[in-house]
Parts: sequence; C-alpha cells; structure tokens
Amino acid sequence: MSDYICIVLYMISCVLFIMGIKKLGKADTARKGNLYSSVGMLIAVISVLISQDVIDGGWLSYLLIVVAIAGGSVVGFIWSKKVEMTGMPQLVALFNGFGGLSSMLVAISQYTADITSDAFSALTLGLTILIGAVAFTGSLIAWGKLAGLKMFKKNISIPGKNFINAGILVIAALGIIFICISPDSGLGLAGVIITTVASLILGVTLVITIGGGDMPVIISFLNALSGLAAAFAGFPIGNTVLIVSGCLVGASGVILTLIMCKAMNKTFASLLFKTTKKKSSAATGEQKEPKSMSVEDAFLILEAAKSVVFVPGYGMAVAQAQHAVKELCDVLEENGCEVNFAIHPVAGRMPGHMNVLLAEANVPYEQLKTADEMNPQMPNTDIAIVIGANDVVNPAAINDESSPIYGMPIVNAYEARTVFVLKRGQGTGFSGIENPLFTMDNTVMIYGDAKQTVSQLVVEFEN
Amino acid sequence: MEMDTIMLLIFVFIIAAYLGVELISKVPSQLHTPLMSGTNAISGITIVGAIAATALNASGNKVLGIVLGAIAIFFATVNVIGGYFVTDRMLAMFKKKEAPKK
Repeated sequence: MSDYICIVLYMISCVLFIMGIKKLGKADTARKGNLYSSVGMLIAVISVLISQDVIDGGWLSYLLIVVAIAGGSVVGFIWSKKVEMTGMPQLVALFNGFGGLSSMLVAISQYTADITSDAFSALTLGLTILIGAVAFTGSLIAWGKLAGLKMFKKNISIPGKNFINAGILVIAALGIIFICISPDSGLGLAGVIITTVASLILGVTLVITIGGGDMPVIISFLNALSGLAAAFAGFPIGNTVLIVSGCLVGASGVILTLIMCKAMNKTFASLLFKTTKKKSSAATGEQKEPKSMSVEDAFLILEAAKSVVFVPGYGMAVAQAQHAVKELCDVLEENGCEVNFAIHPVAGRMPGHMNVLLAEANVPYEQLKTADEMNPQMPNTDIAIVIGANDVVNPAAINDESSPIYGMPIVNAYEARTVFVLKRGQGTGFSGIENPLFTMDNTVMIYGDAKQTVSQLVVEFEN
Repeated sequence: MEMDTIMLLIFVFIIAAYLGVELISKVPSQLHTPLMSGTNAISGITIVGAIAATALNASGNKVLGIVLGAIAIFFATVNVIGGYFVTDRMLAMFKKKEAPKK
C-alpha cells in the first residue's frame, strides 16, 4: 500500500520540479520557482522515507539516515549563508561535485546491496559510477581553479592528453563490461573497482587542462553530468523521480553548455580535445603604443557624456569593483546620463557571473543588457567603459581572420565614440591574444586597480 | 529487471530529456547562474537513491554498503540544502528598479 502512496508523491514532486524550472526561467518568478522545486525535493525525500524498502531496513538504518540528512543540512545551510558573492562560482562547482560523488557512491552501494542481477541494471550502474566520478573530480578541479588555489594557477598541459583520456575511458568501459558480464562474481567486483578508479582519474585529466576563460562552458558541462549521474542512478532501482529530475538537470546543463560554446564560437569538442595554442597573431607589423590618461582627465570627458555603457569582465570580479561601479552609475545618472551595462555571455567564470555580481551591488536587472541588445546602440554611445574585460571586446574577433578568436561574437565597444579601458597593467589577458582595441584612436587606457579608479571617478563627481 | 520495466524507464528518460530542453531553451542570460545553481540543487535528488540504497544494504546487513550509502546521503544533502539556499540568496538580489528616475 505505502508504495502506491510513494508513487503518487513522486508524481507530485516531479510536477513541482518541472513547474519550478519553468518559473526559474523568468526573472519575476525565479525565486518562487526555486521554492517550488525545493518543496518537490522535500516531498520526494519524505516519500522515500515512508517507502516499504526503507521501513524494512530497520530502525537503526532509519536513525543513520536521519543523522546523515541532519548533518548534511547543517553543513549545506551554513556554507550557503557564509559564502561571499564573489566566491559563488567555486561554491556552485563544489556543490556540483558533491552531487556527482553522491551518485557514484549510490551506485556502489547499490552494487553491494546485490540488486544488479541483470545486464541492464549492471550497465546503468556502471554508467552512474563513470559519470558521477567524472562529475566529482572534474568539479573539484574546477573548484580549485576558480578558488585560485596555487597548484592550479598555471595552465597545465598534458602531452598527448587525447590519447591518455581515451585510454582511461577505454579502461573504465572495460570495467563496466566486466560488471555486465557477471555482476555477482569477483569479476563484477573488479569491474566496479576498475571503473571507479579510472573514472575518478578521468575527471582530473579532462578538466585540468582547461583554462580559466573556458570555465563557464566546463561548469555547465559538469552540471549536466551530475544530473545525468542522478538519472542513471534511478535505473537499477527503477525509481522514476530520480530519472525525471536527473534528466531535467542533464538537459538544462547540456543547453547551457551549448549556449556558452556558441558565445565563444567554439565547438565543445574543440574545447575538450584541442591542445591550447599560444599566441598566433603576435607580430602584426607596427606596434602602436596605447594612449593612457589620468583619472582627472577621464572625469572631464565622463562629465560631458550623455550615454555610457559599462562592459564588465572577470577583472571586475577580481577587483571586487561592482559596488564602486554602482556608485559611479548613480552619480552618472544624477548627471543626466543614460547608463547601461553590456554583458557578454561568457564574461567571468560562470554563466551569468557578471549579472550576479552587479545584482549584488543593487544594479536593477533592466539595466543589464546582453551584447546583442547593446551592439546596435554602440555607435550612438558616448563612452564605453571596459572594466577588466579583454577578449569579449576584442575587435580582432570580427576583422582579423588569423586571430584564434576570429568569429566569436563580441561586445562592439570599439564602436563607441570614446572607449575607456580600465586595466591593471599592459599585457594580454589569460588567452595571450593581442587586443587591437587598446591601440585604437578612440581608446584611452586608465591603468590601475579598477576599484580604486572607479572610486576616484566617483569622488571627482562629488567634488 | 523485466524488459517491460526497462522500456518504460527508458521512455520516461527520453520524455524528461525532451521536456528539459523545451523548458530551458529560452532562459535569459542574466538568469544563467541561478538556473545553474538551482538545477544543481535538483541534481541532489540522488539523495532519494542514497536513502533507498542505505536501507537495502541495512536489510542485507552489508556494512560497507551502509557506510557508503550514509556518506552519499550526507553529500547529497549538502548539495540540496546548500544549492537551494544559495540560489535563493542570489535571486533575492535580482531587483527591479524601484521607481523610474528622471
């Protein structure tokens, strides 16, 4: 009897997840959507707790389950409240890794519980281990890179990484075949161990070679993997709520990955498999020196401006300049100037990174425009202020076929009447690509810490 | 597992994947981060599998399985609770302009 109640409850929670995700896609209802999906989760957990299998486990296992849930809740709650907004990308990566780890462990404990007697269960169980483990270690590496841990500072390249990754994948697949052939014997156990170890290593080797600027893509991809792992974990126990919600997450992750790839004009395959090339368009004849300007002079130009567009990039996050930018935005508006933000889809280190930072600084979301929305207005803009962005405003993407980023959609900041580039110093960004924007006639560099520069501009206005 | 059940589960999988694609494809870019962290919290649904697996292992007195299951429950819960609260914190910051300034 109680199992029928469970199925009904699972249905309700699936519907709540679907409604939740739908509402999450619109700014006005997003918060409500998140609430819906959390209620769906609560219902799913309650219904598994009253299912016959779990009741049959006995009171000791019940106690253990409740303690584990309580512990996880406390840790998750504290973590989510304590984290700084600037630490958001790495936290999302870490949570994602936990999801992958959990799915992997679920598959292994499903194996020890002897529910894998047929080939289909064995196959899905093996796939859960593979995907979950890659999501786990991959996310850990992503977390390390995003948190700026020293050991991940340098871009690591593995010689012949495609062969190595393919080799590891073959070994993991071999392990899955072992599990399928004979789940209950020593061969099956060996298969589980081989798959687990190989997949954990694969997650590391796959992600460690990927540079910081490509992080938005890889985070979305890992998100998709952790969802898929959850979906596959549902197969051996025939649990539909796992399959449905895991699959929803998987699909959303895949779509985000494709959106991010498109925004960088890269294919996902090239990102994973190509070995990173260093500098290609370095020596292009005469090198012009970029013009630079003091903050005082910049203020005089800014004061006369009627329309200003900010183009933020990862540098704004590093300098934590978002609050100062909001102040400048306010004084500009008081001065009768129209202010907008042009946000490139891959600016920063995760999808939508800049939007979150600026929202934290109370910039209303109507002011946050996409590159597509702002580009047509660029020629009529008095000043574009580029803050810590580089490749996303690089005109070489439009007119230099030899550039590695040729074809990538950019924010056309160079079309503005005047361009201010706030930058810490000369030199190229993470990608090592020369940016002709910096030496264009309408461009002025303002060197220094972005936060300080912006604050000084605000002070100038107030005087 | 019987073939009927297998086919049914695959059916559910495909439909859910298609539904996911339809739901997500028109999300504005400003919501990408909350969407990612919100769906990330949903991927913690594996907690349901973890609870079921732990109980199954307990019924069979499989100590290793119980331990792994409990660890899985712990991490899945961190994923779920942390994910939902972080997403909520983010979404609470997205505000409309209070009054149109002139």
